[in-house]
Amino acid sequence: MEAQALIDAVSLRGVEYKWNGRDAFALSVGALQIPRNERLLLLGPSGSGKSTLLSLLTGVVVAQAGSLEILGQRLDALGSSGRDRFRAEHFGIIFQMFNLLPYGTVIDNVLLPLSFAPARRTRATAAGGAEGEARRLLSALGLPADIGRRRATTLSVGQQQRVATARALIGSPEIIVADEPTSALDDDRQQDFLDLLLGQIDATKATLIMVSHDRRLARHFTKVVELTDILATSQREAAAT
Amino acid sequence: MIVARLALQSLLNRWITVLLTVLAISVSVMLLLGVEKVRSGARDSFAGTVSGADLVIGARSGAMQLLLYSVFRIGNATNNVTWRSYQDIVSRAEVAWAIPLSLGDSHRGFRVIGTTPDYFEHLQYRGGQTLKFAAGTPFDDLFDVVVGSDVASRLGYSIGDTITVAHGAGSVGPGHDDLPFRVSGILARTGTPVDKSLHVSLKAIEAIHVDWRSGSRIPGQVTPADRLRQMSLPPKAITAAIVGLKSRLQVMGFQRAVNEYRAEPLSAVLPGVALQEMWGLVATAETALLGVSAMVVVTSMLGLSAMILSTLNERRREIAILRSLGARPGTVGSLLVGEATLLTVAGIAIGTAALYAVLVVARPLIDRQFGIDIGIQPPSSTDARLLLAILIGGITAGFLPAYRAYRMSLADGMMVRT
Repeated sequence: MEAQALIDAVSLRGVEYKWNGRDAFALSVGALQIPRNERLLLLGPSGSGKSTLLSLLTGVVVAQAGSLEILGQRLDALGSSGRDRFRAEHFGIIFQMFNLLPYGTVIDNVLLPLSFAPARRTRATAAGGAEGEARRLLSALGLPADIGRRRATTLSVGQQQRVATARALIGSPEIIVADEPTSALDDDRQQDFLDLLLGQIDATKATLIMVSHDRRLARHFTKVVELTDILATSQREAAAT
Repeated sequence: MIVARLALQSLLNRWITVLLTVLAISVSVMLLLGVEKVRSGARDSFAGTVSGADLVIGARSGAMQLLLYSVFRIGNATNNVTWRSYQDIVSRAEVAWAIPLSLGDSHRGFRVIGTTPDYFEHLQYRGGQTLKFAAGTPFDDLFDVVVGSDVASRLGYSIGDTITVAHGAGSVGPGHDDLPFRVSGILARTGTPVDKSLHVSLKAIEAIHVDWRSGSRIPGQVTPADRLRQMSLPPKAITAAIVGLKSRLQVMGFQRAVNEYRAEPLSAVLPGVALQEMWGLVATAETALLGVSAMVVVTSMLGLSAMILSTLNERRREIAILRSLGARPGTVGSLLVGEATLLTVAGIAIGTAALYAVLVVARPLIDRQFGIDIGIQPPSSTDARLLLAILIGGITAGFLPAYRAYRMSLADGMMVRT
């Protein structure tokens, strides 16, 4: 338990990344250390490189230089399918909006990540059957009991965000990444949503990494980092003009 | 399992485009398979028309022409064979049996053939089957006629009905209506031109022309039927003859003997060789038809590819979500290939089923119109190969969108900036 706690959720140093293509974009990150069970808020306006940072953390893209360890695992030591598997097992991800596959039922959307993550499936099954666990999470997030069979497209934006949260939480992944999850919600619903999310994060002892431009959220977090303090970005075209 | 179900639901959500794409594939499958069926059906039908005959003999002409007018009853002979030459030739030792054919008259659009009872005994079709009577007997009286099964069914004839024969091949024109024939027999169905023929004795052909000269009636001359029955009326000429020899080994020698016959210029052809010649002639058309059908299939495959490609932009989000959940780019790609495969399989199934449905409906029509009996058999190995090629084409059509989705998912990462 002690040894587990010593390993950081995220340990990142001197990472350099370049997108190739039309809008060639470079990002460098000095250092970022996120201990386990941290609730971290990354503050920054859009265009500050947060999407790229999240892609790096979740192993969708690989840094060209520097070191990046997630839960003690160097991501650059894994192949691309190894990183996909790693992401499936250890990350739960919530987007700003349009989180769900529109034609699927709510239950199928929540259960979907288990198709790619056997260990999460085992945990969810142990917690009371995959489907039972999905229903428990949905109701813990304040959704009506009969919502499971409904199509994702029939839900309100707020309901969709909660379903996406249940999907991120199922099978208890160690790290939850949330990319502006409240920005599509009005103020009241933002508060409700955050309370529910944080309550569930506490229950599973997951590490939360949330990105937002909204400073008012800071009080809910154990640590707040300004993206501009750790990131340096450059856009080739912008530099040229 | 869930991934597949979600992919299927995504398909169902686009059901109109999906349906149209599947229909396009079905139609192309129908066309390709249909052309192949008609092609093989026509070949079988033609090849089955003449069986067991070693040589077909007629006045000097091309092999194909002789085969066409004698066996398939298409077109007309330019010249006849004199009865004397015919008798001389068939009296040779090699000849096992011979069927003389005298063409030129018709009955309501069907050909009337003068022949001998040997016709019913020796003419073979489709792997050596001999003609069978569905009712009645061969002609016995001078004015007896044996009708083919199509003639009987189309014109509603039964034993004992009386009919008249027209002069020439048209369905109207001057007739021999003063000399009615009695239906003495109806042949069982063969699927060959025999079904569309009426058969009378050679003497009957002579008899109905007693009062005729040079294709028109001699004014005022009417010979009554009973008087005709008593006349001897030996045939003056026949149009062609089908000959069976005692030994296959004698075919070449016998053919040469006929071709070099001194008294008049004759031709003897091997039916198989003439058929081959005919296939050579139609092969180009067949290939062109198959080629056009193949192009239609290719078009439908391109449509399939374009349909899936066009959905990619709206599914970018879907792909990003799948990627964020840990789906590999390969998984995303294989979903698209799977989609193409599924639609192709559906197209093949619907197209094949529809073709068989059409065949069941159209078979009698095609048979009546063209005399081609397209057997309704399970798909042949050629059909199976064509279907397999279409399936492979469909899977291949899925690779282009799959590759694009793969590139897209790599470029987008999991954050789609929409």
